Amino acid sequence: MKPLEFKQLEETLYYEQLDNGLDVYILPKHGFHKTFATFTTNYGSVDNEFIPLGRTEPIKVPDGIAHFLEHKMFESEEGDVFHTFGKQGASANAFTSFTRTAYLFSSTTNVNKNVETLLDFVQHPYFTDKTVEKEKGIIGQEITMYDDNPDWRAYFGTIESMYEKHPVKIDIAGTIPSISKITKEDLYTCYETFYHPSNMLLFIVGAVDPDEMMTLVRENQRHKTFPESKGIERRVDPEAGKADQPERVITMPVQTPKLFVGFKEGNPSRQSEDLLKYELSLNVLLDLMFGPSSEAYEALYDAGYIDDSFAFDFTAEKGFGFSIIGGDSNYPDELQEKIEQTIESFKQEGLSEPEANRALKKKIGSFLRALNSPEFIANEFTRYRFNDMNLFDVLPMLESLSAKDLESVLHEHFVPEAKTVVVVKDDKEQ
Amino acid sequence: MVELQVKTRQHAGMHLHLWETDKFKTITFLLMAKAPLQEQNVTARALLPHILQGGTKTYDNRKKLKQKLDDMYGATFSADVQKKGEQHVLTFRMDIAAERFLSDQTSLLQEALHVMHEVVYDPKIENGSFSNVIVDQEKRSLRQRIRSINDDKMRLANVRITEEMFKGEAYALPAYGRVEDLDSLDSKQIYSVYKEMLQNDRFDLYVIGSFDDSKLMETINALFKEDRQPQESTKAAAPSAPVKEVKIVHDHQKVKQGKLHMGYRTHTSFDDKDYEAAQVANGIFGGFPSSKLFTNVREKESLAYYAASRIESHKGVLMVMSGIEFDKYERAVEIINEQAKAMQDGDFTEDDVEQTKGMLINQALEAIDTPRGFAELSYHEAVARFSRSIQDRIEGIKKVTKKDVVRAAKKWELDTIYFLKGEDE
Repeated sequence: MKPLEFKQLEETLYYEQLDNGLDVYILPKHGFHKTFATFTTNYGSVDNEFIPLGRTEPIKVPDGIAHFLEHKMFESEEGDVFHTFGKQGASANAFTSFTRTAYLFSSTTNVNKNVETLLDFVQHPYFTDKTVEKEKGIIGQEITMYDDNPDWRAYFGTIESMYEKHPVKIDIAGTIPSISKITKEDLYTCYETFYHPSNMLLFIVGAVDPDEMMTLVRENQRHKTFPESKGIERRVDPEAGKADQPERVITMPVQTPKLFVGFKEGNPSRQSEDLLKYELSLNVLLDLMFGPSSEAYEALYDAGYIDDSFAFDFTAEKGFGFSIIGGDSNYPDELQEKIEQTIESFKQEGLSEPEANRALKKKIGSFLRALNSPEFIANEFTRYRFNDMNLFDVLPMLESLSAKDLESVLHEHFVPEAKTVVVVKDDKEQ
Repeated sequence: MVELQVKTRQHAGMHLHLWETDKFKTITFLLMAKAPLQEQNVTARALLPHILQGGTKTYDNRKKLKQKLDDMYGATFSADVQKKGEQHVLTFRMDIAAERFLSDQTSLLQEALHVMHEVVYDPKIENGSFSNVIVDQEKRSLRQRIRSINDDKMRLANVRITEEMFKGEAYALPAYGRVEDLDSLDSKQIYSVYKEMLQNDRFDLYVIGSFDDSKLMETINALFKEDRQPQESTKAAAPSAPVKEVKIVHDHQKVKQGKLHMGYRTHTSFDDKDYEAAQVANGIFGGFPSSKLFTNVREKESLAYYAASRIESHKGVLMVMSGIEFDKYERAVEIINEQAKAMQDGDFTEDDVEQTKGMLINQALEAIDTPRGFAELSYHEAVARFSRSIQDRIEGIKKVTKKDVVRAAKKWELDTIYFLKGEDE
């Protein structure tokens, strides 16, 4: 086990890669009652074409299967694992994103037992035709719930409009027709391919002793056997270039129309330090252009073009990336114009060093605040690791950035052909 | 035993709660202002936190204030309104990075308190009142925020059942105000509500993080010099009368999923001896994924993605929420009723009780791992004006028996069944 010390942040992280390939990270947190653990596979909704473990031909699986699998993992021969966690005083949960499926628990007692339960249930698939059928009703209701949610629809609508082929455009939960095709055999195939320990990461943060915890994890894994894995062959190509649709209108029942401007990332293959620098720069830049202390925000708010739903976000993963800016607005045309103008004028006038420094300082403060949260640390650390970055490099990287770095990202990311504009309007309006 | 060394003091008509700890990388300040929820001022009060952030004496617009915060290593300032029982609570929050992590040593703590004090006490004034421009902006913004509730169907169902269930009671008032009050409200009226708030509200100031007590007190003494005489006379909420007849309310809208909410009166509030037992009862009933509702509505019959219950501590409300297909309404109501009855009949095991106690204690301990979670739990005492410390509550949960749980559940009365369904259903 290797301790990695981050002096400036007063944190020490312990790391070991086990013989079966599992990466284990432990971060003790002084003064905390809670322990939070995530057990994550590098597998999400975009991994829908691949060569299954032990086979030679690629297959394509039904949309929504990674999320379906997440639901089904909680069931075993003895019933529902929520009950086991409950008995051990823990609350458990899971989520599926574009690129990850994470299982997690938090607890203040029986931490050792809970860690074992987490490892054991995720490493023990149990699917039957009957339980797979039953789950279709539950997930069907989950999909319907999101269908009624205009923010969700608008977010996915924007991504869908940017991408032509890449599976990031498919809703994470799939659709009711696509999940109806899922069989227990499909689930086993995906499970065996992507839940191999060498494709997974365990992160434990909180009130733990690192030596004791590492021994426990090592022991738990030593007793299990896994087939040999030579790495996973994913068959999804990165997608860059122009946005698939420059404009799109979605109609559904909404009180206030919504406007979103999306930019599709032109170089979605960045990893490690390159990606760290790029994404931090882009986030700081977005805040500088559109954050609550920006000129644009003030003008838009004063004119009544936006309210506090106005937000922006940049997502970057292997193979795809995009920024989305927007929110509720009764003046979608005016808002679109102002967003475009703001980007143009930043490009023409450049950035001042004091402005950039203020935005960078702000980001440093918000990063420190985020480190109060074990959930943030575990989830983000895992995402960073899967993209070959280290979460604890964020602070030194932010300290090293300057106006120049932000400017180069500005010119690279915000190009006209990468842009899509999505408006969500009420269906009663003509 | 839980270590929570919180010092409480009185200063300038405020209750101070100071928790010195180095477990966080930040220092958090929370100022809560509380007054009874009343129809005549609810909307004006709901606007106050937003108007006050619209400009102060020194930072006379929103942007200047935000830039000041950015310069302080991205200090955050936010404010909102909440309902606690029948009390209307305005919360002003500020977070700053703990100085020891920053490469240049600055005195953020002093600056932070200065900004917080200024936002609350020194707003931008024009002609002896709030700026009309800011007031108009915030009225428009609030109108839009209230309208947008309609786009969040779970929230909408909660708002609607609260309106229907508590008709004629203060608890029916929404903390965020009412659209119908907005047209007639002008800056003068809002300003006078503000002056009342400054004089009469109970103020609680929490400071959580690593700071030097004497330096902090020096700063507080220098900044907060107001001569406040708050009025603290009302109870957290009026007790519920017995339910005469179950109300059934159905709304129709263009939705794909039905939202079924069922409201119960628990007749148990924070200062009741059954308070902890009621929490355990809710936990077994619908508080966790291992609870009866989740197991029976979702896992056994696949009727829903979510089926859960929440308990409110001061008015004594238990709310069941579930998203279902329209034609599963009758079956879902039937199951929920059966499960509520099972609680009252003691149809659960000692193990269920012990397990739920463990989860509730877990929840409380986890909450105090965050500054806000701690303040939230601690503030119940201020709302109820009843001393029951977090440690006492945890000890209280440990002592709950199955008999206590049944006794608490037996007090539950179903009051209202609300269903939001499709236009043609």
